[in-house]
Amino acid sequence: MIVQQLLLSFIASALFGMIFNIPKKLLINSGFVGMVGWTVYFFLAEHHLNNVMATFVAAFFVAMLSNLFARLYKTPATIFSVSGIIPLVPGGTAFEAMRHVVLNDYNAAISLAAKAFMISGAIAMGLIFSEVFNQLIKRWRS
Amino acid sequence: MPTYSDRTNDIVDVCLLAGKIILESGGETYRVEDTMMRIAASFGIPRSHSYVTPTGIIFSIDKKNSTQFIRISERSTDLQKVAMVNSISRRISKGELTLEEAYEQLKEVEAQKFAYPLWLQVIASAIGSGCFAVMLGGWNNFLPSLLSGGAGFYCFEMVHRLVKIRFFAEFFASFVAGGLALLMMMAGLGTDLGKMMIGSVMPLVPGLAITNAVRDLMAGHLIAGLSRGAEAFLTAFAIGTGIALILSIR
Repeated sequence: MIVQQLLLSFIASALFGMIFNIPKKLLINSGFVGMVGWTVYFFLAEHHLNNVMATFVAAFFVAMLSNLFARLYKTPATIFSVSGIIPLVPGGTAFEAMRHVVLNDYNAAISLAAKAFMISGAIAMGLIFSEVFNQLIKRWRS
Repeated sequence: MPTYSDRTNDIVDVCLLAGKIILESGGETYRVEDTMMRIAASFGIPRSHSYVTPTGIIFSIDKKNSTQFIRISERSTDLQKVAMVNSISRRISKGELTLEEAYEQLKEVEAQKFAYPLWLQVIASAIGSGCFAVMLGGWNNFLPSLLSGGAGFYCFEMVHRLVKIRFFAEFFASFVAGGLALLMMMAGLGTDLGKMMIGSVMPLVPGLAITNAVRDLMAGHLIAGLSRGAEAFLTAFAIGTGIALILSIR
């Protein structure tokens, strides 16, 4: 089960890197970043951690790994993080929210939409935290 | 005109060309400013000022030259170009390239076509969609999500070429992808409509706009960050509306 998730998220992230025209030799790396992000999220969500928290931690890992690869390969970090965060995007929650809007059940729709919004915020916060972390490391080294 | 001023003009040209390519290919705004200032500095102009938003670049050099402005009207996603301009700027900083060489190389990058042909991108998004549907809900959603995901992405590219309104293309693409998923569900191909639809609109998700918005906001580029955020929000809204329309038809 977990092997299947690992493999599929790797393939999916690498292929989505192709849509963003990531250089050929870096596709494997971006697939790896996506795989790590999804695995962290999957593991934490399986262990009943809050979705928002799980997304935050996963996005943090994605951004850290992207920055590491960026320094290693001397390319912009966006190249890796872009396909890495795609699996974390709250598609399911947003879809449920939409479904409830269509069903005229606005109470459920709004609470689901708020949840989707919180998860997107968690992605952003994960990216921000990793940037802060990096700057701290940089300052500590110099 | 003295040669000194000519050279300054050329430097400004190189800076603006580099900035234009990065911005048009989906790089962050702060990267544009950073790259332009670094290039200017390594050609001997330590103080330059730039104001970059996703739709235009204003660049000026202290007291020596007139301020220049270029308009960016068409933005696409080609991170390969961003990486290439980035490496050219690194080489300029190291002093490996002269002004003329840098300009030539940037022109070359600008003229280059997309790295992957459309058919390959469509196949990639199709298989990617299928993989996501499986990750969320099991193998019997694979085939329908693969078909509708690929068709949705192809639709997006085609409509975007036809009408230059990005959000309409996204709306239409998610409408087609969702509709196909629904049809295949009715034909008995998949089991979970929700997972199929989520998988098939994944290639349209504004991942680049989200990351760029966050990075721009963090770098203190508030206006650029907000407008990127608006772009991401509008895209998400367009996708959601397309899917909602299909759900309401059902």
